[in-house]
This record gives sequence, structure tokens and C-alpha cells, in this order.
Amino acid sequence: MCGTCGCEGTATTLTTVEVEERVLSRNDTRARHNRAHFREEGVLAVNLMGSPGAGKTAVLEATAGALGDGRRLGALAGDLATDNDARRLTAAGVASVAVNTGTACHLDAEVVHHALHHFPWRGLHYLFVENVGNLVCPAVYDLGQAVNVVALSVTEGEDKPLKYPVMFKGADLVLLTKIDLLPALPFVRVEAIEDALARVMPRPRMLRLSARTGAGMGAWADWLEERRRELAPALPPPASAVAS
Amino acid sequence: MHEYSVVQALLDQVERVAAPHAHAAVRRVVVRLGDLSGVDPVLLATAYDCFRVSTPCAEAGLEIEREPSRWECASCGRGLAPGSPLQCPSCRGPARLAAGGDIVLARVELEVP
Repeated sequence: MCGTCGCEGTATTLTTVEVEERVLSRNDTRARHNRAHFREEGVLAVNLMGSPGAGKTAVLEATAGALGDGRRLGALAGDLATDNDARRLTAAGVASVAVNTGTACHLDAEVVHHALHHFPWRGLHYLFVENVGNLVCPAVYDLGQAVNVVALSVTEGEDKPLKYPVMFKGADLVLLTKIDLLPALPFVRVEAIEDALARVMPRPRMLRLSARTGAGMGAWADWLEERRRELAPALPPPASAVAS
Repeated sequence: MHEYSVVQALLDQVERVAAPHAHAAVRRVVVRLGDLSGVDPVLLATAYDCFRVSTPCAEAGLEIEREPSRWECASCGRGLAPGSPLQCPSCRGPARLAAGGDIVLARVELEVP
């Protein structure tokens, strides 16, 4: 019976179930799993994001030299297609594998976890996850990284942080790349970029880099070493870091 | 266009919520969407309509409650004006995002026989 009037009909009741759970909670769980693995093994996982062409791969190529001998680097190179970046990084001394996403615009924690099953990441000091080039979607997914780094090239203009606040609000560090091109860009003021970052990043931190000239690469290597020391016992000083 | 994968996660989540309620039909899904969640409400609605076919949400409307973003000082709690630097004008401490950074499944309405 329906319980209202005693009829034999098919009356139903509406019930509200309070949930209050993040929609990406499954991804969060997988990300925590990845993060626990990285912590146990003392691997500093860096989620490197930025627009296509921001210079992410070039920075990582130069990072191998900046960190010097005695540091073992690996990378997962996320792209919709090709293993071009993975091949470039491997040639530069960063053990790498391509993670092709097909049509997907970002990596998620599950994709990273799966890739790790096919990649000798244990024993690395640094694992760089070079995310799919995109200033929007990758910001939404925790991968289990220790730090988020966003590469922003000077050719992208001054106001990208204001236009893409979600990406920059979660960044621990912004790498302002291609600064060797600044003389050709009189309309791009670095102080305007810094002002924009201060309005979207609670703890704004930016380093100016040129992977081509090596400018700023030493400060970037120092920042990475500091973050790794927060996670794992200190390593002996590198034998031959490239000074800049 | 990550809204498609966000919706996939949402549909799976609703299915888990409805599972313990035998023979229940999902009638409404209510999502709270922060302005700084990185998810676009229009694209989310489009993706939902596209993917709900042949799922327990096939007959369920999606209601999106927009949540404005709000930054406040992490130390003293003072609210910051929109667009201003994310540093407290009083104590110079860094701001924290107090609201508007998440996409949350708030509740699900089920029709139970």
C-alpha cells in the first residue's frame, strides 16, 4: 500500500541523500596513493604545467645539467600524441617515457599511477611529470605530486595569470621562461607579470629562466634541492652542477 | 574540455550513492560549483546531458549551485576584496581560499518505491 491513502497503487516517496563529497574524490584517493609511494621512496614528484610551447621540455632538458651529477632524474612526458618530448629528455639524461592521452587534455592520478607501473621510478631523486600543455584542465587534477610548478613564457604576455587564475592559485612556483627574448618584447613588463601573480597566488614565487642561456637555472636547481630536502635525507653535493 | 571526465566521475559517484537504495530512481543531482574550481558550469551541464544516457541519472536533472570565490587572510580571517593582491592588508599574511575552489556533490534526490 502507498501509505498515504491505503490504496494499492505504486506511490513512491522522494528521499534526499546528503553527500557533500568532492566530485573528484576518487582521483584524490589515487593521488594520495601516488604521494605515499613517492614519500616512501624519497622521490620529489614535480607536476610541471604550462601552455603548449611554454618551454617545459626545454627547462627539463637544462635541469639535468643544472642539478649536476649524482642526481637521478626521471620524467613522464604527457602529450596527446608523439613521444618527441620523452626522446628529447632521454637524450638530455632524464630517463623518460611518453604518456599519450589520445584526446584527453590533462593527466590524472590514475594515468600517472598506471605509467609508474611501466617506468623504473624507484631510486630516482626527482620525478618530473610534464603535464599536457594546457593552462586550464591540468589544474583540476591532483596527481600526487609534492609541488606544482607552472612554466610561463614571456611571449605569452603579462596577464595570463589573471586570465587563468585556477592554474596559478595552486602553483608553488612559477618559472618565467625564455627571458632571453625579453629585449625583443618591449611591451612585456616582468613587474606586470609579478603584479598579476600576486593577485592569484597566495604565496607568489617566480624565478626568471632561460633554458637557452642557462640564466636562472642555478636558482631553479637550488629550489628543487630545498624541496627535496624537506622530503628525504640530504644528498651529497653534486659533483658537477653547471653554475649560472 | 575536462568537464567530460568530471561528469564521468560525477555519474560514478551518484551510482555509488544510489546503490544501497534498492529500486530507487535518481531524480535530481545537486552539485555545488565554485567559481575557482576550474570547471565551467555550461560545459558541465552539456557534458552531463551527453553522458547521462543509459546511466542511473538518465531521468535525473542536474542542478548547479554556483559558489562565489572568497579569499581571506589565513591568519586573522579578514576578507580580501576581489582582484586585490592575496596578502592581508592588516597583518601581511598570505590569503587562503575560503570558498569557491571545489566542485562538490551536495545531495542526490531519489524516488523510492
